[in-house]
Amino acid sequence: MAAPIRVLLAKIGLDGHDRGVKVVARTLRDAGMDVIYSGLHRTPEEVVSAAVQEDVDVLGVSLLSGVQMTVFPKIFKLLEENRAKDMIIIAGGVMPDEDVEELKKMGVAEVMLQDTPPQKIVDTLRELVEARGVR
Amino acid sequence: MADYIPSMDLIEPASKGETWAVARLISRAEANMSEVREAIGEIYRRAGNAHVIGLTGVPGSGKSTMVAKLVHKLRAAGRRVAVVAIDPSSPYSGGSILGDRIRMSDLALDRDVFIRSMATHGSVGGMAHAALDVVDILDIAGFDKIIIETVGVGQDEVEIANASHTTVVVSAPGLGDEVQAIKAGILEIADIHVVSKCDRSDSNKTMTDLKSMLRDGIGHGVQPNWRAPVIGSSSFQEEGFDELVAAFDKHLESLEGEPGRARREQISSFRLRKAAEALMLERFEAQSDFDGAATDVAARTVDPYSAAETLVRNFSSEASS
Ligand SMILES: Nc1nc2c(ncn2[C@@H]2O[C@H](COP(=O)(O)OP(=O)(O)O)[C@@H](O)[C@H]2O)c(=O)[nH]1
Ligand SMILES: [Mg+2]
Repeated sequence: MAAPIRVLLAKIGLDGHDRGVKVVARTLRDAGMDVIYSGLHRTPEEVVSAAVQEDVDVLGVSLLSGVQMTVFPKIFKLLEENRAKDMIIIAGGVMPDEDVEELKKMGVAEVMLQDTPPQKIVDTLRELVEARGVR
Repeated sequence: MADYIPSMDLIEPASKGETWAVARLISRAEANMSEVREAIGEIYRRAGNAHVIGLTGVPGSGKSTMVAKLVHKLRAAGRRVAVVAIDPSSPYSGGSILGDRIRMSDLALDRDVFIRSMATHGSVGGMAHAALDVVDILDIAGFDKIIIETVGVGQDEVEIANASHTTVVVSAPGLGDEVQAIKAGILEIADIHVVSKCDRSDSNKTMTDLKSMLRDGIGHGVQPNWRAPVIGSSSFQEEGFDELVAAFDKHLESLEGEPGRARREQISSFRLRKAAEALMLERFEAQSDFDGAATDVAARTVDPYSAAETLVRNFSSEASS
């Protein structure tokens, strides 16, 4: 038996909706993963600190408020400072196509837009963790 | 992987309190990778300085909210504090949603606080086993107070609470029974009783019931030189925490000398037993004739007890040869 995949789901910014994240959390749990939820209105510093302590395989950051182009560079800088560059970063929410491209260049492994089917999220996470290998 | 850092090499940065190294060692201990065992052994030999506090009670009794307040108090007293928050896994998928951290989010940026969430089935090779390895890792990382939050139902969780130096049992008003700990069978493991949510008027009843039980000689704990106190607290009104922190210190003092030696011995024999169980089970299942025996039992040509007896006999002769 291998250890379950560990995921931190975080909401950054002013956006006060977490129904979507909670649905994803349950989907991942039902797929056998351990899911930590950060709660609403977190800062990048709080999220990275939690993710490093929890040593999650995957950090999923959801934002609806159009702040992704300032938030993700900050997250990558913090991960680097905390020696956690091997963490798999996923972005979720709503954003224009050109931002998706830009985020992937930055190092975001996958962008899951709001209408991504649950099974696709599960499969993607499994593939990414598998590809990363033992750490 | 090219950049795999051997566990033995993580001990130094971890003992300097480097978060990434502490966190990675914990993950490997939970996964019970064979590569980590040597490091865990070394860590065990170096550990033993922290005060380990087990906090248990039924879901919803206010443990996580209380832990957040407690950590603030302990930080104000200059302590470095670690929290291991254990939540149950889903019996269906084996996955879990670990929500304790949400209640502690105002502690996220304090470098002298470390919070780790664990799921009951997340650890390979036994929950109690892994949780105590995690405590040792946090111990060598220099945390003075390590709080383990567990749900007070289920064998593993109770065992973990019981394997700490100071066991706190939380009872809350408004959850059906007045003192839920009775039904859960965890009243007797308490060194300290806390009645949470004392801002609610119905907490009086919980308090009275608990105290009268103690008067009747139930729930004193097991340590001859210690009587478990009952402390009322409210996380919402920040009441009772000075008293609770003082009780931690008092209980730690009560462990000096013989009582502490007895407690440490009880904990270490528990760990020894867990380690032996895990190892034996692993070797037992790895036996070449295990699968064959399982097939025979399925076909009902042999009963499980006799099949097990044969396996154990082969197993012991293999081990001694
Ligand atoms: N009235 C009151 N409610 C509380 C208090 N502490 C926690 N709660 C509530 O009790 C519920 C469970 O709290 P939580 O800390 O998650 O409990 P746990 O499951 O034992 O960790 C939450 O809805 C809290 O808001 C308190 O001091 N007073
Ligand atoms: Mg809790």
